[in-house]
Amino acid sequence: MSILDYSALELSKEIKAGNIGVAEATKAVLDHINNTDKNINAFITVADERALQKAESLQKQLAEYRGKEAELSPLFGVPFAVKDNICVKNMRTTCASKILGNFVPTYDATVVSRLESAGAVIIGKTNMDEFAMGSTSETSAFGITKNPADTDCVPGGSSGGSAAAIASGMAYGALGSDTGGSIRQPASYCGVVGLKPTYGRVSRYGLIAYGSSLDQIGPMGKNVEDVAAILDIIAGHDKNDATSADLEGGCFADACVEDVKGLKIGIPKGYFAEGLDGKVKETVLAAAKTLEEKGAIIEEFDLGFEEYAIPAYYTIASAEASSNLERFDGIKYGYRTKEFNGLHNMYKKTRSEGFGPEVKRRIMLGSFVLSSGYYDAYYLKALKVRALIKEAFDRAFEKYDVILGPVAPTTAPKIGTSLTDPLKMYLGDIYTISANLCGIPAISVPCGSDDSGMPIGLQLMGKMFDEKTLIRTAYTFEKARV
Amino acid sequence: MNKITDETIEYVGILAKLELTDEEKEKAKKDMEQMLDYIDKLGEPDTENVTPLSHVLPVKNAFREDEVTNSDDSANILKNAPEEQDNMFVVPQTF
Repeated sequence: MSILDYSALELSKEIKAGNIGVAEATKAVLDHINNTDKNINAFITVADERALQKAESLQKQLAEYRGKEAELSPLFGVPFAVKDNICVKNMRTTCASKILGNFVPTYDATVVSRLESAGAVIIGKTNMDEFAMGSTSETSAFGITKNPADTDCVPGGSSGGSAAAIASGMAYGALGSDTGGSIRQPASYCGVVGLKPTYGRVSRYGLIAYGSSLDQIGPMGKNVEDVAAILDIIAGHDKNDATSADLEGGCFADACVEDVKGLKIGIPKGYFAEGLDGKVKETVLAAAKTLEEKGAIIEEFDLGFEEYAIPAYYTIASAEASSNLERFDGIKYGYRTKEFNGLHNMYKKTRSEGFGPEVKRRIMLGSFVLSSGYYDAYYLKALKVRALIKEAFDRAFEKYDVILGPVAPTTAPKIGTSLTDPLKMYLGDIYTISANLCGIPAISVPCGSDDSGMPIGLQLMGKMFDEKTLIRTAYTFEKARV
Repeated sequence: MNKITDETIEYVGILAKLELTDEEKEKAKKDMEQMLDYIDKLGEPDTENVTPLSHVLPVKNAFREDEVTNSDDSANILKNAPEEQDNMFVVPQTF
């Protein structure tokens, strides 16, 4: 067995047992990146030196803990990757955009400092759609990321680099961010596990904002246990994020038990109607059957308002994006146009040259729906429909513990086939965006593959702050599959 | 069918602080019309007595004492600026 084949938790155990050195594991990953990433392009920045230094200091720390290794975190010594919209102090953080191409944060995101305090080695920053706006990782200013299962296909997005890095053994786990499915959909396309926690569960301090009422940082990993262990480290209240919930994490790793007896799982009929690929449908329904055999009670039901999630989402996300991205003005950080005529011309030229087409498209739409005369008709209307969608989910969760469905309508599409028709690409987010609109947690766990071997993900959505039930259900399914 | 005029695209460009080429403007018009036709779907459900949901959690102001907890990091912060002088950001002339 190669070092690269271990799960994050297994690797940390081997490290603590003294069978593998921290630097040995870090070096194995860095060598693998060196050999593999030219074909995948999962990383924008690889921080070799910093990672090896950190590995050495962790090895020393381990020596000090001889005999009491159990006091160290379950992920001690494990190499992780971080999506490039999450700030790491003194490590270039680009958001995959030309406008932040040379930005070096002066502080760590809370999730980063928590991971590093737990003994994680951050090996680099992963590729993504520019400013997390996209479903394919093709809008990056740093080139397209490819799907390790088939390099002609996209890895999904926007956290495509994180998913591809894990799937190809270039990281034992990673952080992603999810505004409309950006953790779950690439996890599904690449065959890894991805969890979008409840809004407020994980601090967003140091996450470069896209849609602030929807954004959430979350863990991605090789299996459910690894993801639960990462969540244990990053979850919890943070005074630097006013929207972070005043709750302590609780032990999510303890939720990794095989038990779904009596668990009520609802399947929205609307999620299995028109537009869903036949093989994806069959595989996801087979997954539901597996859970039923393990003792869960499965029932189909009418959720309602499914068709309004996408228009509500794109109105709200674009509006929030247009406001959040106003800060990129060519003054405080990032790119500034070379020639200009006065302040306003500098702003306009800097932003026009610095942002890519998809980002500009959303800023334009967002500015329009927020403009006077259209605000009520579009933005306010979308917020009202969002309330109706949330009520529909609240009603569903009065009856069910978990809602089960697909992550995406298809498996990973071929590179170059999605961006030509933005609306069509947006429609692919139908199953994932409701969790963001409602703030609820949702997990994507591999459940099979299509005829060409491309991975298919199963999505489980839970009640607010009930990640434990999701983890328990996903873990039970994962074990039943093996 | 929504129709976006040249004036509207011009106006939105000012709000968005984006300078689009003529070609980009035509594309933006088409994109926006297509998206708005789709977003118009939001008009279907009755939202007469619905309270808009801007945030999923009950948020309140998180007050704290205004105490300095960080040290002066201006040199590193200014390293990210396209132009700086005497520990300050340089901006183009504003009048």
